[in-house]
Amino acid sequence: MRQKHYILGGALVKIRAEKDFAAGVLYIILAAGFLWFGRDYKMGAASRMGPGYFPLTLGWILFGFGAISVVRSFLTDGPVIGGVAWKKLAIITAAILAFAILLPKFGLIFALPALVLLSSLASEQSEYDLKLLLALVGLVAFCIIVFVKGLGVPMPIFGSLFDGIVPPSWQR
Amino acid sequence: MELFDNLWLGLSTAMTPVNLLYALMGVFLGTAIGVLPGLGPAATIAMLLPATFAMPPVTALIMLAGIFYGAQYGGSTTAILVNLPGETSSVVTAIDGYQMARQGKAGRALAVAALASFFAGTVCTLLIALFAPPLAEVALKFGPAEYFSLMVLGLIASIVLANGSILHALGMIILGLLLGLIGTDVNSGAQRYTFGLPELADGIGFVTVAMGMFGIGEIIANLEHESTRDVSIKEVKGLWPTRDDFKRSIGPTLRGTALGSVLGILPGGGASLAAFGAYALEKKVSPNRHEFGKGAIEGVAAPESANNAGAQMSFIPMLTLGIPANPVMALMIGAMIIQGVQPGPSVMNEQPALFWGLIVSMWLGNLMLLVLNLPLIGMWVKMITIPYRYLFPAILVFCAIGVFSLNNATFDVYFMALFGVIGYVFKKLDCEPAPLLLGFILGPMMEEFLRRALLLSKGDPMVLVTRPISATMLALAGILLCLVLLPAFSKTREEAFQEE
Repeated sequence: MRQKHYILGGALVKIRAEKDFAAGVLYIILAAGFLWFGRDYKMGAASRMGPGYFPLTLGWILFGFGAISVVRSFLTDGPVIGGVAWKKLAIITAAILAFAILLPKFGLIFALPALVLLSSLASEQSEYDLKLLLALVGLVAFCIIVFVKGLGVPMPIFGSLFDGIVPPSWQR
Repeated sequence: MELFDNLWLGLSTAMTPVNLLYALMGVFLGTAIGVLPGLGPAATIAMLLPATFAMPPVTALIMLAGIFYGAQYGGSTTAILVNLPGETSSVVTAIDGYQMARQGKAGRALAVAALASFFAGTVCTLLIALFAPPLAEVALKFGPAEYFSLMVLGLIASIVLANGSILHALGMIILGLLLGLIGTDVNSGAQRYTFGLPELADGIGFVTVAMGMFGIGEIIANLEHESTRDVSIKEVKGLWPTRDDFKRSIGPTLRGTALGSVLGILPGGGASLAAFGAYALEKKVSPNRHEFGKGAIEGVAAPESANNAGAQMSFIPMLTLGIPANPVMALMIGAMIIQGVQPGPSVMNEQPALFWGLIVSMWLGNLMLLVLNLPLIGMWVKMITIPYRYLFPAILVFCAIGVFSLNNATFDVYFMALFGVIGYVFKKLDCEPAPLLLGFILGPMMEEFLRRALLLSKGDPMVLVTRPISATMLALAGILLCLVLLPAFSKTREEAFQEE
């Protein structure tokens, strides 16, 4: 079993449960964030709980769970994390961000293909052929007809860049 | 009799053309996503929630519930036909169901699965009608201390009975509770963790969290294990079970229904555990136990009746106490809040038409599944063969548009992306998103109940243990936690989820 060695307080320790260790560290970081940003919230008294009472208490509990998880990772064996699909994670996230960025200015006509084509890069099995093109055109048409025209979701078909260039009815 | 008055009210509510139509749409969609790989009911319900805002509350809930139990049905179809359980609750169905399909008995297995599910659904509709009112009656007497303890018990029970690491489930619950507190504190008006962003003043939308963690996070996880699935399906014929099939299925169906009803009521119990339990039970008591794993009809009837019973009964804590037993119920509670219905024991008295309409619609929905789906089996089979590379971009599109339409703002789309990343990373570390969502929904409620309880007791936390009902619930939660930490019990728990 693959094991990593770390120097901690001058002693050599082994992380035996990688997942426990990483999750514990994440808990501690998040708990520290909640505790730090909530440090000015008033605790109040137990009989009159202030806005800080509940979140700060929970923050310390989460911190505790994180600590237990980290300690446990040194004491018991657990599974290794294995490969993380960072590339796929990045592609999917980028595709969603692209949609959100393109939507107001360029409109659905550009944002939807960007989302679909970018995200398709995350699959090894994507084939860029006529079939995909037809599916994409169909999907965009479906979304415009059902969501914009049918359900009235106020998404621009053509975004604000096209103001005055295309008729207003094409934008809504 | 009051029971029949209630059921009659429910029937007249559920039978309006609009509600029937949406129930049909719900079960149809539910079956579809149950059949499709990599898309669960939680993600679908989150996606469709924004579309239900304009509907009357009862119609919206009827459709969302339909998606939930429809998905159980669709999941079993793929489990039997191609050995790919669409939902975790149909994992055990695949064992014997698929063997039957390989022996050319797919039609019979599907029919028995449908009939057993329908039977369980019918029984559970009656059970809910019988037991929900007294339970709500008791719950109406609950003070804030009892509610706080009840939610603690609910959260603890939901992780003890679910699969996975207890420590990480607890961690995810606390994280969910904390995330749920983001926004304006209702009591003091203070902004908490909003970083000056006006979009966060009302908190993070639970739809955004659910869609990010269940929708986007799942997609990334699925893409990681993308494989060329070889889906070859034999023609399905001979849908009518033989007399022998019937005879052999009656016992398992009855036992499965009973077990599923009991387990379903418990928070976190739900459909999956019921199905595993029922299969294990049949393996012990069935006279045909030597056939298990080789295509025994009992191995289909028992888990199918149990998972449907479990799914149905998990509505009881949601409807009577406002406590979600699983992520889908958490979403239903969220839907009720958005619709302006305060979930809890008062729903039954204040909105009887909604309450009973929903319950009766579940029975009607089960009937629709039975009548519609067996003839439509050919269509579902075609659907199984849709490759994932076409599916996931479309799911992404629907998620993005759905989350945009919550507030008609791109802000929520960014947050969905963020929660997708969080969901995937935690999933990699064996931290399940379900407890986080339960905590997220319950966070603000728990804070409010704790605040009121401590206000009434003048700051004495002992109020939680001096009031008998509250003390009992906390004691139960403590016992459950201790049990699960005992090595002997945790071993059994692991085995219960690895029934192969």
